[in-house]
Amino acid sequence: MSQSTIESLLALLPLYPLVSFVLLISFAKRLSWHLAASISVGAMVLSAISSFTLVQSLSVEVPVLSTHLWAWFTLSANEQINISFYLDGLAAVMICVVTGIGLLIHIFAAAYMKEDANFTRFMAYMNLFIVAMLILVLADNLVLLYLGWEGVGLCSFLLIGFWHHERANALAARKAFIITRVGDTAMAIGLFMIFKEIGQLTIADVNESARALWIIGDSQPYWIALLLLGGAVGKSAQLPLQTWLPDAMAGPTPVSALIHAATMVTAGVYLIARMHPLFLLAPEVMTYVAWIGALTLLLAGIAALTQTDIKRVLAYSTMSQIGYMMLSLGAGAFSAGVFHLMTHAFFKALLFLTAGAIILALHHQQNLFKMGGLLKRLPLEATLFSIGLVCLMALPGSSGFFSKEAIIAQIFSSTTAGPLLWLCAIVGALITSIYSCRLFFLAFMGKARFETSLHPSSSKLLKLSLIALAILSLVGGAFTNILALSLAPVFALAPVMKILNEPAWLHSVAIATPFVGILFSWFYFAKYRAPGDEKLSENTSGLARFCQQGLGFDRVYSWLFIKPYCALAQLNRKDIFDQLMMLNAWYVSLWHDVLVSSQNGKIRWYAAAIGLATLLLLLVLLLTVNIGEVSMGVSL
Amino acid sequence: MSDIPLNHILMLASILFVIGFVGVIVRKNTLFMLMSLEVMLNAVGIAFIGAGSAWQQADGQVMFILILTLAAAEVAVGLALLIQMQRRFKSLDIDLLSKLKG
Repeated sequence: MSQSTIESLLALLPLYPLVSFVLLISFAKRLSWHLAASISVGAMVLSAISSFTLVQSLSVEVPVLSTHLWAWFTLSANEQINISFYLDGLAAVMICVVTGIGLLIHIFAAAYMKEDANFTRFMAYMNLFIVAMLILVLADNLVLLYLGWEGVGLCSFLLIGFWHHERANALAARKAFIITRVGDTAMAIGLFMIFKEIGQLTIADVNESARALWIIGDSQPYWIALLLLGGAVGKSAQLPLQTWLPDAMAGPTPVSALIHAATMVTAGVYLIARMHPLFLLAPEVMTYVAWIGALTLLLAGIAALTQTDIKRVLAYSTMSQIGYMMLSLGAGAFSAGVFHLMTHAFFKALLFLTAGAIILALHHQQNLFKMGGLLKRLPLEATLFSIGLVCLMALPGSSGFFSKEAIIAQIFSSTTAGPLLWLCAIVGALITSIYSCRLFFLAFMGKARFETSLHPSSSKLLKLSLIALAILSLVGGAFTNILALSLAPVFALAPVMKILNEPAWLHSVAIATPFVGILFSWFYFAKYRAPGDEKLSENTSGLARFCQQGLGFDRVYSWLFIKPYCALAQLNRKDIFDQLMMLNAWYVSLWHDVLVSSQNGKIRWYAAAIGLATLLLLLVLLLTVNIGEVSMGVSL
Repeated sequence: MSDIPLNHILMLASILFVIGFVGVIVRKNTLFMLMSLEVMLNAVGIAFIGAGSAWQQADGQVMFILILTLAAAEVAVGLALLIQMQRRFKSLDIDLLSKLKG
C-alpha cells in the first residue's frame, strides 16, 4: 500500500466508531436490534481491520507513522496545537488492544444487552468510548491526548450510570467521575507546567527538549512527572485514588470488561510509558511509581480475598494487575509493563465477560456464596473462566506468565526498584493465586447454593467472542517477540538491566509462587469445594469486613474530605460573601421603600407637599432678602 | 376710591387663600375640594383687584377677568369629572383615585 493510503487509513481510524455513534444516538430507538448491532459492531470491525493493517505497515524501516489533519488552535508564536495522529510501536499495541478487544466486547455486548430497552444508547456510548480512547492513544500532542483522556472519563461516567434508575448506580458513576477528576486536575497542572517550562506540547518534542534542557535530578522534571503521575494514578485506580473502581462495577458487565479492565484504566500506564523520557529524568518519581504500584497490588489483592461479589473480586484483581504494570514502569521495565497491559486486557476481558455470562445464566445473581457447583452445570463458561484464572495466576504457558515473569525478573536488579519491591511482587502473585482459587472454588465447585433454574444464553455471538478471547489469552505469550521488536525503538532510552548479583533461585521462586498459592488454598478453602451439605457463610469478623470494604479507604476519605466539607458547607449555609454582596441590594431597596412611600397616589398629599415646599421656598426667599437688605444697609 | 390699605387687602387675600388651601388638603369630598379651589382663586382675584386699585392700573382687573373665565372653565371640567367619578366609584372620595401609587 502506498504511504498516502496508509496515512488516510490512520486518519480515518477513529471516524468509523464516531459515525456509528452519531447514527445510533440520532436514530436511537427507531433502529431495530439487528440494525443497531450491525452498525456498531460493523464500525468496530472496520476499525479493527484498519488498525491491524496499520500495524502491519509498521516495520524497522518505518517505525513511526503520522498524519496531520488540521490545526486546532495556536498557543504561542511557535507552538500550534494540531489534530494530528502519531503511531509508533507503543500506540500500535494500544490500538490493537482497543479495537481488537473492543470488537470482541462489542460483539458480546450486542448479545448481552439485547433485551435492554436502551440498547442503542448503550452501543452508542460504547462506540464513543472507542473514539475517545483512540484519540487518547493516537494523539500527537498532550492537549489532544487530554481531550481523549477526558472523553474516556465521560464515557466511563455515562456507562457506569447506564442503569441510572437505581440510585446506587448513579452515585457510583458520580464517585468515579469526581475521584478521577482529582487526578485529571493534577495532570492538567502538569501540562500547564510543561508548556511554561518547555513551551511545547507535542509529545515527541517535549520528550526531546526535556532531555536537552534538564539533567537527571532537576526539580522541574520532578514536579512535572509527579503531576502527570497524579493523572495516571486517578485514571488507573491506583493508591490513593483507587476507591472508585470497585464501585464502578455498577455498570453493565461489558462496560466493566471494556473500560474498567482492558482499556481505560490502563490509560495511566500508557501515559507514563508515553512520557517515559521525562520520568527517566526524575528517578525519585520512578521509585514513587514503583511503590504506588507495589502497595496497590498488595492492598487490592488483600481486599480481593474477602469480596463476595464476583465482579468486585475481578475489579480488585484489575487494580492489583495494574499495580504490576505501574511497578514495572517504575522499575524502568517499560516494555514488560506494556506487554502485561496487553495480556491483562486479554484475560481480564475474558474473565469479566465470562462472569457476565454466568451472572446472566443465574438471573443477575452476583454473590459468590449463592453460586457453587457450576463446573458441571455450565461447562463451557467454567472452562473459559478457568483459562482466564490460569492466565491471571500466571501459570507457566499462559499469556499472563510471560508478561508477569518479564516484570518480576526485571524488578530485582532495577536501580529504581529493588529486592524489597521484588518481594512485594512475589507476595502479590501469591495473593493473586489464592483469591483466584477462592473464586474458582466458590463459583464452580462444591454444592449448588441457588434455587433458580439456570438459563445459559444460547447466543452464538456471545460464545464466539468468549472463545476468541480465551484463545488470545492462551496464546498471548506468543506475541512477546513481535512486541519486543516493535517496542524497542520506542523505549530506546530505557535503562538496560544489568543482571549482576541476581541469585539463581529468583526465577524458580517466581514460577513456584502461584503453585504454592494453589496448594495453600486447596487445603485452606477445603470447605468451599466440599460437595457436602455444610452451610457456607461469609466470614463476618471485623478484619474480614474491613478488607471487604477496601481496607477502609472510603471511610478515611469520608472523614478527611467529605465530612469536613459538608460541615463547612453547613456552617456557611448563608454564604458570608453572598451576604456582603446583598448589602448593596439591601441599601438600594431601603431607599426604594422610602421613595415609594412618598408616591402614595393620594392627590391631597401631593397638594400638601406642594404647599409645604412653596412655604419653605418663600421662607428661604424672605430670609435671604432680609439678610441682603441688612448687608446692603451695612455697606451703605 | 375707598381708603382700604393695600396691606389689609393682601391680608384678607392671604387668609382666604390659606382657608382654601387647607380646604383642598383636608376635605376628602372632591366637590368640596373644587369649592375650596374656587376660594383660592378668588383670594388671588382679590389680591389682583386690590393691587390694581392701589396702583391705579387696569391690569389687575384684566387679570381678574382672566381668572374668572379660567375658574368657570375649570369648574365645568371639574364637575364633568365629578359626574364620571360618581358613576364609576359611586362615591366622591378623592382618596379612592390612587391608582398611580408607587
